[in-house]
Amino acid sequence: MGSAGREGSGVSAGTGAAAQGLNDSPYALSHLDALESESVHIFREVAGEFERPVILFSGGKDSIVMLHLALKAFAPGRVPFALLHVDTGHNFPEVLEYRDRTVARHGLRLHVASVQDYIDRGVLRERPDGTRNPLQTLPLTEKIAAERFDAVFGGGRRDEEKARAKERVFSLRDEFSQWDPRRQRPELWQLYNGRHAPGEHVRVFPLSNWTELDIWQYIAREKIELPEIYFAHEREVFQRSGMWLTGGDWGGPTDAEQVERRTVRYRTVGDMSCTGAVDSDAVTLEAVIAEIAASRLTERGATRADDKLSEAAMEDRKREGYF
Amino acid sequence: MTSTDITDGGGAAEALLSATTLLRFATAGSVDDGKSTLVGRLLHDSKSVLTDQLEAVEHASRSRGGEGPDLALLTDGLRAEREQGITIDVAYRYFATPRRRFILADTPGHVQYTRNMVTGASTADLAVVLVDARNGVVEQTRRHAAVAALLRVPHVVLAVNKMDLVGYAEEVFAAIAEEFTAYATALGVPEVTAIPISALAGDNVVEPSAVMDWYGGPTVLEHLETVPVSHDLAACHARLPVQYVIRPQTAEHPDYRGYAGQIAAGTFRTGEPVTVLPGGRTTTVQGIDLLGEAVDVAWAPQSVTLLLADDIDVSRGDLIVPSGDVPPSGQDVEATVCHVADTPLTVGHRVLLKHTTRTVKAIVKEIPALVTLDDLSHHAEPGRLTANDIGLVKVRTAEPIALDSYADSRRTGSFLLIDPADGTTLAAGMAGESFATNDRSAAAADPEARQGDEAEWDF
Repeated sequence: MGSAGREGSGVSAGTGAAAQGLNDSPYALSHLDALESESVHIFREVAGEFERPVILFSGGKDSIVMLHLALKAFAPGRVPFALLHVDTGHNFPEVLEYRDRTVARHGLRLHVASVQDYIDRGVLRERPDGTRNPLQTLPLTEKIAAERFDAVFGGGRRDEEKARAKERVFSLRDEFSQWDPRRQRPELWQLYNGRHAPGEHVRVFPLSNWTELDIWQYIAREKIELPEIYFAHEREVFQRSGMWLTGGDWGGPTDAEQVERRTVRYRTVGDMSCTGAVDSDAVTLEAVIAEIAASRLTERGATRADDKLSEAAMEDRKREGYF
Repeated sequence: MTSTDITDGGGAAEALLSATTLLRFATAGSVDDGKSTLVGRLLHDSKSVLTDQLEAVEHASRSRGGEGPDLALLTDGLRAEREQGITIDVAYRYFATPRRRFILADTPGHVQYTRNMVTGASTADLAVVLVDARNGVVEQTRRHAAVAALLRVPHVVLAVNKMDLVGYAEEVFAAIAEEFTAYATALGVPEVTAIPISALAGDNVVEPSAVMDWYGGPTVLEHLETVPVSHDLAACHARLPVQYVIRPQTAEHPDYRGYAGQIAAGTFRTGEPVTVLPGGRTTTVQGIDLLGEAVDVAWAPQSVTLLLADDIDVSRGDLIVPSGDVPPSGQDVEATVCHVADTPLTVGHRVLLKHTTRTVKAIVKEIPALVTLDDLSHHAEPGRLTANDIGLVKVRTAEPIALDSYADSRRTGSFLLIDPADGTTLAAGMAGESFATNDRSAAAADPEARQGDEAEWDF
């Protein structure tokens, strides 16, 4: 597990940008403005065409940006969507606290699909490796069916993973929530086709065209508050499969694993059993952005154990109904 | 470097945050033309391939018995693609330089579908057409040029690849560039930039070639970084399709009624007289909200909310336009379409037509011609269009729609035809005149006879 890379080489590569600025036309939009406008358009299309949309909200940076964009899209009105959190039971407490505070502040309605409930009821069984990410699919899809959600916003980005690079902005799922990459609708111009049969629904990815760096730059520009674990802090961690993991009720560390106190931060927020921290002393947004720009690792490569299960791990989970 | 350096210094992070523009482009070319190598080099040389991705590719290449890393594995994201060594579907790639961000619609080289290139080209500001310098302009090159022209991609780059295999000869490049430019210009492509490259050796992709000193133009990346992405919006017809009506009805905003949408073309200003279609009521723009901020002027493709002076009936699907620049409105649509579904489109087919934010019932009245892209010949009255066909259609809509010519506005001149039974997207439509409406050869070959060459299509 390397650090997020603080040689600074990627930072100097960016220094030409200030001088370049916007090109020729006074009507040119910055890339962040163009991405923002496109995402807002997607939110409004869904609001205009669907009956029961919901936003998947994990308290991670992508879903936080997604909610921020939704708030802007309908201002000064309210966001016409509820939130849905798939709670693995292994969440970071700071993130749950952030989630509840956000829901309260914006007067939103929160649905929770709980993996722990499924395990307690004996419907799902704990995996030998302790990760609960693949276990999220059933609670998610059953919640969608039970609440009859017809559009489910996800914060997935196409730059995250090669199966995601193939995902449409509007992704039709069958009554079992399955994704069939061979049967996707061509997506032409900005004309999104959200038609679906009863029982089917559409997964909608308004951040499809954003990259990790875009997300961080936008967070900085819009001064969006994040859970504290995204910034460097001291924490007790132990190493497993090259990842710095935080111990807890979920089953780590074992007797053979040594706990250390390190200064780390998280690049992604997910299940504690498979989301790794990176060594970092970035305590401000500016420092995080510089670190991301210089990093030679993708966020998933750096911090997600579950994507390493196989070459097609994400594709296989998506086919089953994962987001 | 520590975080303190960055925050205190300010300069570096500020530069990263400075405004850069976004260019969307598409690539067209078969694997044999070196498209994967070109895409791989652009990603790799712009440092967009990160260590863990490269390690994954190296690991996968080794496990398949390959010697070096196979960069195609970077882009083939699906299990079936990796198993078969082919690309099934359009994928989107992201990379950046300090000057610009790029979204690349990476269209398959192996699967022979026009619809994939149409999909990629529909949102592209620029298309890169690859040619093998040894073969020059071939049938397939003309198809690529025709699709770029049909979709009105503003900029076309002809990348004459494998210059290393023709001795980096200027005459070879010049002859191909001349032939292609003449063909593309005749189709109505506004701008062609021809660049001699070797994607394998790296000549003129990111770095200028050391051996082709006779070439004085930009490298591919330099051109991508500097080509203008915005158009002369002042000259465009201003159009705002209404997506959603925002009515908070709260104590703070008791009377707020805003018409939200993304400006499809042109500019809107406060105080401007506007007409709401299809109703035809006229009022003025009282205010413009740019995502919570009041502005006096807004332009495409900004997402905005318009506040109107009069309390008139406006809902999703309506089109707000300047009163002095109202598009024609009617129920008879003539268009060129690309058929994108496996089920055919036939005369008499009842469909839904989605145009901007408005979806109306429609019926296919006529299919006057099927167009062959390699020579633009027309086959009259084919009776039906099947997957990947380009054809002319006449459609009657159940309600009037305000449709611009696609030549004037890619956004308000385009539409989808949708199967009402299962929601399948059947066809991508472009209203009004296109090159395809000029029947050049008047050939009327048997529509069945053309099926044979479809296997060679290589978008």
